[in-house]
Amino acid sequence: MLVQATETAETVLTSGWFLDHAYIIPLIPAVAFFLIIFFGKRMPMKGSEFGIASMVGALVFSGGAAYQWIQRVNGVSEEAFVEPVIKSWTWWQNGGFSFGIGQHIDGLSLTILVVVAFISTLVQIYSTEYLHGDRRYTHFFASLTLFSAGMLNMVVAENMIQLILGWEIMGLCSFMLIGHWWEDGANSRAALKAFFTTRTGDIGLLVGTSVLFFAANDWTQKNLGVSGFSIRGLSAWALSGTAGQAAITVGAVALFIACIGKSGQFPLHTWLPDAMAGPTPVSSLLHSSTMVVAGVFLVARVYPVFFEGMNILGTNVNFIVVIGGVTIVIAAALAFVQTDIKKVLAYSTVSQLGYMMMGLGAGAWLPAVFHIFTHAFFKACLFLAAGSISHSASHHSFDMKKDMGGLRKFMPITFTTWIISTLALCGVFPFSGFFSKDEIIDNVGYSGYSLFMVIGLVGAFLTAAYMTRATYLTFFGSPRGAAAGEHHDEGHGHDAHDSHDAHDAHGHDAHDAHDSHGHDDHASHGPRESGPLITIPLIILATLAIGSGLLNAVPFGENWENLKKWVEPRAEVVNVTGVKEPSGSHGESRFVLTAPSGVVAAEEGGHHKSDCGKKAPESGVCYAPQLNHAPFKWSKAALSLGIVFAGMIISWLLCVQLYTRKNKALVGLTQRNKVLGAGYAFLANKYYLDHLYEKVIVRSIAYPISRGAYWINQNVLDGIVNGAGIGSRKIAGWVYRNVDQRVVDGAVNGAGNAAQGAGGALQPVQSGKVNQYGALLFGAAAIGALVLVIINT
Amino acid sequence: MEVLSDHNWVLTVGTFLPLVGVLIMLFIPKTDEVLSKSVAIATAAATLAVGIFTLIQFNYDHADKMQFAADAEWISVIKSSYLIGIDGISLPLYFLSMVITLLVMIYSWNHVPSPGNAKAFFILMLVLQTGMAGTFIARDLILFFVFFELVLLPMYFMIGVWGGENRQYASLKFFLYTMFGSALMLVAFLALFFKTGAESFSIPYLIENGAGIAKNTQIWIFAGMFVGFAVKVPMFPFHTWLPDAHTQAPTQGSVILAAILLKLGTYGFVRIAIPILPAAAKEWAPWIGLLAVIGIIYGALGCLAQTDMKRLIAFSSVAHMGYVMLGISTLTDFGLNAAMFGMVAHGLITGMLFFIAGSVKERYHTLEIKRLSGMLVQMPKLGWILGFSAMASLGLPGLAGFWGEFPAILSAYQPAEGLPVETFRTYMVIAAIGTVFAAAYLLWLYQRTAFGEPTAEFAAGHGHDEDIHDVNKFEWIAWTPLLIAIVVFGVYPQLMFKVLDPAVGVTLKAFGG
Repeated sequence: MLVQATETAETVLTSGWFLDHAYIIPLIPAVAFFLIIFFGKRMPMKGSEFGIASMVGALVFSGGAAYQWIQRVNGVSEEAFVEPVIKSWTWWQNGGFSFGIGQHIDGLSLTILVVVAFISTLVQIYSTEYLHGDRRYTHFFASLTLFSAGMLNMVVAENMIQLILGWEIMGLCSFMLIGHWWEDGANSRAALKAFFTTRTGDIGLLVGTSVLFFAANDWTQKNLGVSGFSIRGLSAWALSGTAGQAAITVGAVALFIACIGKSGQFPLHTWLPDAMAGPTPVSSLLHSSTMVVAGVFLVARVYPVFFEGMNILGTNVNFIVVIGGVTIVIAAALAFVQTDIKKVLAYSTVSQLGYMMMGLGAGAWLPAVFHIFTHAFFKACLFLAAGSISHSASHHSFDMKKDMGGLRKFMPITFTTWIISTLALCGVFPFSGFFSKDEIIDNVGYSGYSLFMVIGLVGAFLTAAYMTRATYLTFFGSPRGAAAGEHHDEGHGHDAHDSHDAHDAHGHDAHDAHDSHGHDDHASHGPRESGPLITIPLIILATLAIGSGLLNAVPFGENWENLKKWVEPRAEVVNVTGVKEPSGSHGESRFVLTAPSGVVAAEEGGHHKSDCGKKAPESGVCYAPQLNHAPFKWSKAALSLGIVFAGMIISWLLCVQLYTRKNKALVGLTQRNKVLGAGYAFLANKYYLDHLYEKVIVRSIAYPISRGAYWINQNVLDGIVNGAGIGSRKIAGWVYRNVDQRVVDGAVNGAGNAAQGAGGALQPVQSGKVNQYGALLFGAAAIGALVLVIINT
Repeated sequence: MEVLSDHNWVLTVGTFLPLVGVLIMLFIPKTDEVLSKSVAIATAAATLAVGIFTLIQFNYDHADKMQFAADAEWISVIKSSYLIGIDGISLPLYFLSMVITLLVMIYSWNHVPSPGNAKAFFILMLVLQTGMAGTFIARDLILFFVFFELVLLPMYFMIGVWGGENRQYASLKFFLYTMFGSALMLVAFLALFFKTGAESFSIPYLIENGAGIAKNTQIWIFAGMFVGFAVKVPMFPFHTWLPDAHTQAPTQGSVILAAILLKLGTYGFVRIAIPILPAAAKEWAPWIGLLAVIGIIYGALGCLAQTDMKRLIAFSSVAHMGYVMLGISTLTDFGLNAAMFGMVAHGLITGMLFFIAGSVKERYHTLEIKRLSGMLVQMPKLGWILGFSAMASLGLPGLAGFWGEFPAILSAYQPAEGLPVETFRTYMVIAAIGTVFAAAYLLWLYQRTAFGEPTAEFAAGHGHDEDIHDVNKFEWIAWTPLLIAIVVFGVYPQLMFKVLDPAVGVTLKAFGG
């Protein structure tokens, strides 16, 4: 067993088996993936047992490691930097450097590990019921398991390359899962779109990683004995004061472009709503704890790079905060024009990711990470609730307007969990979203990003409003369509009302889920509550949607700020001694950190402050910048709560007028009023971004541009080749006819042979002629060689 | 250069053993196809056994040194000798050629393309194997040239006799085009010989003395080699023979062509052109890099325009070899390692893709993308293997393709000293954009052919049910090693980097690497 040798000047950091072996966590589902692929179909539960067992295993390991990490943190003083548990084995080498694969375990990675393993477990259990009887049930579990493996690997990653590995595996799995019902062209197109859009962002990942590597590698090798891919190395390098501003800015911007693609930030968010084509458990997993969180995680992971590269806290605007802020509002606005319940949730996710990004861009690192944590539970719950509705009540439809309504009476558990999660999402006290989202808004304002604080509040209003609308349409009013027990033919919705969104709302999922069940065992039922395999995960998630906020309940005082204590890396200057032992063949890198004796920590208003991130440490290194923490004030919380309630009430009243009373002044307003109509069309067409991407950019490359290039290939480049062939053939023919036959031989009978040469390009030529050409070429070669030698002597 | 010469018979045997098999086969009557095939496969297997022995005996702590080296008198009149050896750069390719040949032969067991004549077909493959292996062990320019050319003839006949409808045109174009390049290459070799005092054609000798040639002369000599190798790679704009050759070639020909033959060109750059003529290489590098990135984007656009699956895969080679050449053009150890890894990865992956294309053609009698759909419905295993290979080809981390592609992009950020940094950084971004294009054409291909429902003409009950079957036994045997290798090298790239890296360092000595 490998034991991390760690000691500091004051205290010995404790470790433990789980913490030292956290690299095993992604390996468990990775192995399970192969088991499912090779043996899944022969197993009694068709492979799902491997998937579920592996996720439970990953959860146990993550939990154990998290527990040991907490002990490790508790064992040292409040101010001391708690060094992450890092391991590295040689993975590849190049140019004499060896690059590792291993683990980088600290509070951040453990938080995400636990969430991912936990949600994945519940989603897999849920899926056993939801996809029961699906024709590719085993494949589904294989992909789902590999998906989690990718995310877990990304989270434990010791370096950027390992992170890219997990990142891309998720891309692959999202392709497989979104296109799970690939018989329908719409699904496979959505899968392609998801992969392709994120891949476009990944240009930034490749470029950014390269830029940062070359900028940092010398420094990290010299000072830390690690490569310029290492997360620890990059963090320390970024804060060392020796990083060139150009390189770090370019690197940070490039990496952030990748995050825009992966985390569905404006303007690359368009793939996320289409990704709803996948089965609902996939949406739930994708939108809560994996895939889309990857971009946010990357920013949080190598935060010092972004902190320095984007000059966070240095100015009151930067690239990240702008993208985050814009995303919050534009996505929330789109959520209002959706009829598909999953699409409302999808845009809600985009919007919430905007909050996280905005928080990170404004120095609110901990609130952003906390929001990843709480959001995962309530968003997973909302998606699974939507799935529960379509599974048991709306005949596989996700259309709120046509096939839902009044479901609260039929589905009490689904309804209750939905309401709890909605309240959490809206940020109502004391549900979990309140603690995280409010902290983001609060800290963004506190750090001087006032404009973005306002955007955050506007976003909160919009969130409350669109969620109220969705809740109303789904659970209140009178049952409609499938929810009322009606049956309609497949392919409904093409010509029905709401034509603006017809091609989306017609619902690939609805259609396909229908197909996928082969036999329709729900046809005879009206709406009813789902079975326990669906409701129990819902209940668990809803419980956490209430309770998870207490992990860092700032309003209740410092004793409640556990996440801050356990997760936020402490911005301390630490000495690095005894470095030089880079990831060798013995499979362990060790480093020892001590607090430098010369540095006296400055106390400021009771809060410990260091200069990390402000100026370069004179001796030693920093691994995290010093950030601000806004003091909690009930007055500010009251304001945002007031805004949320206002959003809910206004939305509720409008919904009643629109959908139940059918108020003539409101219904059809967008058709009567040109300005409103234009605005509506603008939203319904998703700001025309899809038009731009699909109809303009992609189409032009796929058709005219590629065909033009190919035309050049065939007619210009190949034309030259063929021309040369024909030309030399004609010359040869001429020489043969005029020189060889007439002059040398003078014979007659050769003319007939050569005559066939005209016009036929290079085609049917006997192989014998090849020799002639060969001889000709070699003759030319010999002459050429001679000429070259003569010229150059 | 230091040399280790234990077991110096190993390479000679490994290279010429296939010819022994050919000799035996000459005495087998043409009608006894099973015997012909068996002898050929046994020969290839024995050759591979020698290859495995080489792999075991290879001293990995000295991957930078020439091993199993031998030096015998050959054509003393022109001072050319039988100088052979193998180091970390050539070992993977040398071994890969043996593996591919054997797998292709196994695949051919029940896939001899029309017009049949298994005996001749297998003999050609064995001759091809000798040529390929010989090219990778030769350390004398004339010896290299002979092997390099030896490869041409069997491939010419394979395309010209067993090829598709337009085989005559394609085979002749292939032959003449490469011959044209070879001629210029020979000019360059001769010039090199005379300019270094007409002493020797031995590569180590030329490496020592080549740098002394005046820079302008170097540039001209490099130009000759450049055309010779660039045609083979093939680099834009010398690539137009490739789509035709690939499209018309029988599956076996395509696989060997993609997996090994293209690498002869890139290998020539790494082994000969760059170390012997460092000053010229520096002058040429930005231009090579430019053509490489043009090739990446242009090849991808060519792919997007294709309506034929096999032609699409052929064009993707242009793009992929662009990454290899970009790595080489940086003249850094980073770039060269990436290029070498990329060569092997491309050999495995594109070889695999051509295998699949062959099997699809056999089942549907067409490769027209429009007519193919829903392969996953009719042949789930083949469909998934196509998906896997497409993912590998587009450079998914965890599979072999990534380790040729990403490090090549990485290396372009910081080319060798004296090269224009800004230019190469631009190349880096373009190459990174190329990865998106790769995803586009491969996934689009996959979406169109594998997803959806089968088209009406091939739907069940329309007379094609007998032909359309899933992966068969011989295909499994031929493919499994490739699939495993793609995963193994993807998961643990150090297996190959460890062998390549030291040898690459030696190659770049002239650049202070």
